Amino acid sequence: MELWFSENHTENARMSIKVSRHLYGAQSEFQRIDIFDSPEFGRFLVLDGVMMMTEKDEFAYHEMMVHVPMAINPGIQSVLIIGAGDGGVVRELARYPGITRMDMVEIDPQVVTVCKEYLPQTAGALDDSRLTIYYQDGLKFIRKAQDAYDLIIVDSTDPFGPGEGLFTKEFYGNCYNGLRENGICVNQLGSPYYANDAAAMARAYGKLKGAFPIASAYQAHIPTYPSGHWLFGFGSKTLASATDDIDDWNTLGIKTHYYNTRLHRGAFALPNYVTEMLNNA
Amino acid sequence: MNIKLQQRAPIMEALENMKDKRIVPFDVPGHKRGKGSPELTAFLGEKAMSLDVNSMKSLDFLGHPVSVIKEAEEIAADAFGAAQAFLMVSGTTSSVIAMIMSACKAGDKILLTRNVHKSVLTGLILSGAIPCYIDPGLQPDLGISMGMKLQDIEQAMDANPDAVAILLNNPTYYGICSNLPAVVKMAHARNMLVLVDEAHGTHFSFGRGLPISAMAAGADMAAVSMHKSGGSLTQSSFLLLGVKPNAAYVRQIINLIQTTSASYLLMSSLDISRKNLALNGVEIFETVGKMAAYAREEINQIGGFYAFGAEIINGDSIYDFDATKLSVNTLKTGLAGREVYDILRDEYDIQIEMGDIGNFLAYVSVGDRMKDIERLCSALSEIYRLHRRNPQGMLDYEYIHPIVSCSPQEAFYAEKQLVSLENSVSRVSVELVMCYPPGIPIIAPGEQVTKSAIDYIRYAKAKGCTLTGTQNEAVEQLYVLL
Repeated sequence: MELWFSENHTENARMSIKVSRHLYGAQSEFQRIDIFDSPEFGRFLVLDGVMMMTEKDEFAYHEMMVHVPMAINPGIQSVLIIGAGDGGVVRELARYPGITRMDMVEIDPQVVTVCKEYLPQTAGALDDSRLTIYYQDGLKFIRKAQDAYDLIIVDSTDPFGPGEGLFTKEFYGNCYNGLRENGICVNQLGSPYYANDAAAMARAYGKLKGAFPIASAYQAHIPTYPSGHWLFGFGSKTLASATDDIDDWNTLGIKTHYYNTRLHRGAFALPNYVTEMLNNA
Repeated sequence: MNIKLQQRAPIMEALENMKDKRIVPFDVPGHKRGKGSPELTAFLGEKAMSLDVNSMKSLDFLGHPVSVIKEAEEIAADAFGAAQAFLMVSGTTSSVIAMIMSACKAGDKILLTRNVHKSVLTGLILSGAIPCYIDPGLQPDLGISMGMKLQDIEQAMDANPDAVAILLNNPTYYGICSNLPAVVKMAHARNMLVLVDEAHGTHFSFGRGLPISAMAAGADMAAVSMHKSGGSLTQSSFLLLGVKPNAAYVRQIINLIQTTSASYLLMSSLDISRKNLALNGVEIFETVGKMAAYAREEINQIGGFYAFGAEIINGDSIYDFDATKLSVNTLKTGLAGREVYDILRDEYDIQIEMGDIGNFLAYVSVGDRMKDIERLCSALSEIYRLHRRNPQGMLDYEYIHPIVSCSPQEAFYAEKQLVSLENSVSRVSVELVMCYPPGIPIIAPGEQVTKSAIDYIRYAKAKGCTLTGTQNEAVEQLYVLL
């Protein structure tokens, strides 16, 4: 008997991964949580039937969300992470000794518990002493923060479901208000390729662009996400997305699997059709 | 309330039986259970279309109910603690009109506050009753009308001992309640009927710890917007009677103004939502109250905005407050309530119930989710951060004392002349002018137009309020008596 996990990327296209074991499955207060093991991608986390991350390719996603802003402003000390219950963003951030405070706001405590148990490779840094986890609505938390963070990383799920409040104009306005003078906000925008994803991507980018004076987007290649082509939003109060100074990052000696400063510059060079979508967003 | 009785929904049951029998329709509606209007059926859904049927023996007839509608009305009366309940399908507007026409004949006096819904004026025009207004007074910090002061009511009753009825707006749009039991006592001692526009208070009959409902207070008639806090379909409503009015006569009045092709979608929605409130109302309105209380607390931390609550109760003109209402004063943000209403919709994709000069109302119901409440609070914090202005120059409220020159009916049908707004001052208006929402007339037929009313209209226009009511679409010209 063969067991396959399939996710519809559109009505007419789907991706399937052969599953060796279903390790966990439960309905939390907020969503359906599943963990599978697979020969091709190792263990992977699925929320409400949508692939969140696999052990094999999560490095690309998490490294790009963290090292891009960290290279732009190595002085970052205080970081707010919204979502990211799997711990991947925290793992990458924890590698910077200059970071003194990480606040993570995750709506669903069950995601954190499950990831700690089944995905230790990704969730391993969730016990870092600099980290405080707040289990509440991200929109509520950020509304109360003012001038408090150097970096906000928004690792949200879909625009529909528990994370939908994170795709709103008020959320990005609150993020701007929660950042210090040189603050940076990075969010995951999704894929620009399939029509429905592209429309959601453009909406989310439009909200970021509306809130920050400097806004751009950068890309990464993540095989298990729809179309494999993934975008991140970069919003900033004062700092540009890539300058000569980012090369200083190399002196930190942080060993990465995906990120490097040459790629950092290149990641902001987007295909023409994507640039057009972003300009119109 | 008889809980066993409340578990029934006779109209829903009758519709289900009708479907089981697979009756062949050679009657209206001509779409024949949706098959004749495929696009409409695809849009609204087959199920809804198959229930859009006409009166027939097994489904009863709203104009003269003898079976399932009669039962549904009896069960509704039991739920609301009324002697009689009527299912209404032309909005609470029709319930209000029916109350006034049942209580007043042409030339009869009726006591009321001026801050009533437009439908009350319609009732006055149709019945020919003469309004005697009682000044509701304004809450000075908020600029909103309060309830009626007992002393003012007594004065008005003494001055108009021949008045046949008093009409109260309870609760107001913003949730303010008058001392209903005391008003009922005073009115009944003078042989006056008590009519209550309870459009915004359906839940009073079902929740705990809420202000007293009209029927519980002993009122004679109440118009209840089941489609507001009660969960039925838009346009469906209840008219409730106490023991005193003649129910058969009220039915005749209703039949003067209501359709003979009453929608079974609307009627079954009344039936099913009444059942839901009777069985689950306590929990439902506890949840709504908690959400509204949470939102008030959060909004009051933003700065500028004031989401008011029970603290405004003063024992008389604000005798009680409906804590399920999320009413927010905007004056200290330098923004009109209407401006906040517009920004929320245009920039944040949030539609609220209404905004006027100094306040807005966000309608909270059992259908809301906490994350949507968070969105509203966050959007308001952003509006405060990005749009707040110096609050100086915000309109200072003044109650516009109406000068009634003749009955609204007389004015409406009189010989008239069209003049510009500015030239209408001191003339007697034939038309009604109001902002919608909230739909409370600024000028009513039969009233002398004042300079302050015109100033108010100009200010409301400048703040983006939608003014309606006149034949002149732009509300720049007004018909006045010759």
